[in-house]
Amino acid sequence: MAGLKDATAVVGIGQTPFAKHLPDDERTLACRAVLAALDDAGIAPGEVDALASYTMEETDEVELAKAVGLGDLTFFSKVGYGGGGSCATVAHLAAAIATGQATVGVAWRSRKRGSGPRPWTDTAVQLPTPAQWTRPFGLLRPADEIAVLTRRYMHEYGATRDHLFNVALACRNRANQNSAAIMYDRPLTREMYMTSRWISEPLCLFDNCLETDGALACVIVSRERARDCRHTPVYVHSAAQGLPAQHHGMVNYWNDDPLTGPAHATARHLWKHADFTPQDVDVAQIYDAFTSLIPLSLEGYGFCGRGEGGAFTEGGALEIGGRLPLNTGGGGLSEAYVHGFNLINEGVKQLRGTSTAQVPGAATCLVTAGEGVPTSALLLRS
Amino acid sequence: MLTPVTDADGAPFWRYAAHGELRVQACADCGEPRFPPRPCCPDCQSFASEWRQLGGHGRIWSYVVPHPPLLPDYAAQAPYNVIVVELADAPRIRLVGNLVTQAGAPLNSLSPDRIRIGAKVQVVFTGTGLPQWILERP
Ligand SMILES: [Zn+2]
Repeated sequence: MAGLKDATAVVGIGQTPFAKHLPDDERTLACRAVLAALDDAGIAPGEVDALASYTMEETDEVELAKAVGLGDLTFFSKVGYGGGGSCATVAHLAAAIATGQATVGVAWRSRKRGSGPRPWTDTAVQLPTPAQWTRPFGLLRPADEIAVLTRRYMHEYGATRDHLFNVALACRNRANQNSAAIMYDRPLTREMYMTSRWISEPLCLFDNCLETDGALACVIVSRERARDCRHTPVYVHSAAQGLPAQHHGMVNYWNDDPLTGPAHATARHLWKHADFTPQDVDVAQIYDAFTSLIPLSLEGYGFCGRGEGGAFTEGGALEIGGRLPLNTGGGGLSEAYVHGFNLINEGVKQLRGTSTAQVPGAATCLVTAGEGVPTSALLLRS
Repeated sequence: MLTPVTDADGAPFWRYAAHGELRVQACADCGEPRFPPRPCCPDCQSFASEWRQLGGHGRIWSYVVPHPPLLPDYAAQAPYNVIVVELADAPRIRLVGNLVTQAGAPLNSLSPDRIRIGAKVQVVFTGTGLPQWILERP
């Protein structure tokens, strides 16, 4: 079986500015990001025959295709579960291209989460959590749901707020190197972190991702086609989705082992199809809607054992030069929160050697989607 | 305050709760309890279910203390607690609720420093049939 391994490559990336408020609407931002990615790839819009995005994406394929002048589409796909779908958009396109259903795929996400409404304030919508069991009691927001797991994780394994701070600090330090990041000119100190306001104890303000307007896109083609593109191809080495047995989303309290999130199931498949191991990963872009997702993901993706994710963050492990440089554009915590799509593009930048916080010689990168919901992940290599 | 937006699977839970009974769905064939309720049993695939009455005792598995921004009715009581209770007679079922001083008391009636993971709690019901929890040893 030929499979997906290195059969396709990301050859173009594009993004709009990131801000708390951008004047363009989501559709316009989507068009700008997609055209920027195609321009980066040197591929004309008329050559695009595949699209993939998130079910929460509000610009649909018809709107996008007719606005930017795409060709005849033969594959289009949307992935559910919010930020859990980020890497799966690339994975679906890779599968479509590797199996001959399409030749040029574009994945994108456009979101006005900075100036638009917070999804949890819409009580008429049944979010993909069984709200009747949680919301009447005041467990209202994703932050509250993850804070429950975070408290239990800290209790069971002795993880501390300092461990969560290590995550926030690594992301902020990288954002301070990235002029496109929302937090570019705002350093973070331990004092600021420890005295900041609570959002949902034990999570404070700096444990939560940003609220951002912005859009990103990337272009995927076959490895043969990739050789003719402008930039060094970044190969999709392995890709996986994961919805584990008896999983309940961010309210995974009804699972036998609630702290074993979808990362574990995703990782098993991801590594099974890879030629390298967690020890060989040069840089990681791990979904960081909340700081506590990082230790949980480090365990899930096999960088350390169960309960060791907090301690893993010690000694500058997540900084440049550390064991596993993390979210080198600043991540959702400090660059922009666009449902994790900026993590995909940052992974590509690292393997092109063009990141604003370049890991010297980076040749392998793990990118993950939202942990705590049905998720997805990519191993990229140059 | 938000009231439960229920569905066909969940409705019996709330009907029993309105009568002050804590019941969870269990498979009528293999006997395995399950939560949240759903159409069939993930262990034996049976569509036959019953609603098993529980003793209403448990231990705090985790808890959070939300602060604003919140929906207005909740912001008015913030900071309040939300606890997750592991049930004594169905330990893999963990119910979300609030730890209060007495049945019907507001979400912020108990100081958050009184809350400990592992503390024993007991169910009580508000007049509107919402389960709440009180400390067994206040
Ligand atoms: Zn059964």
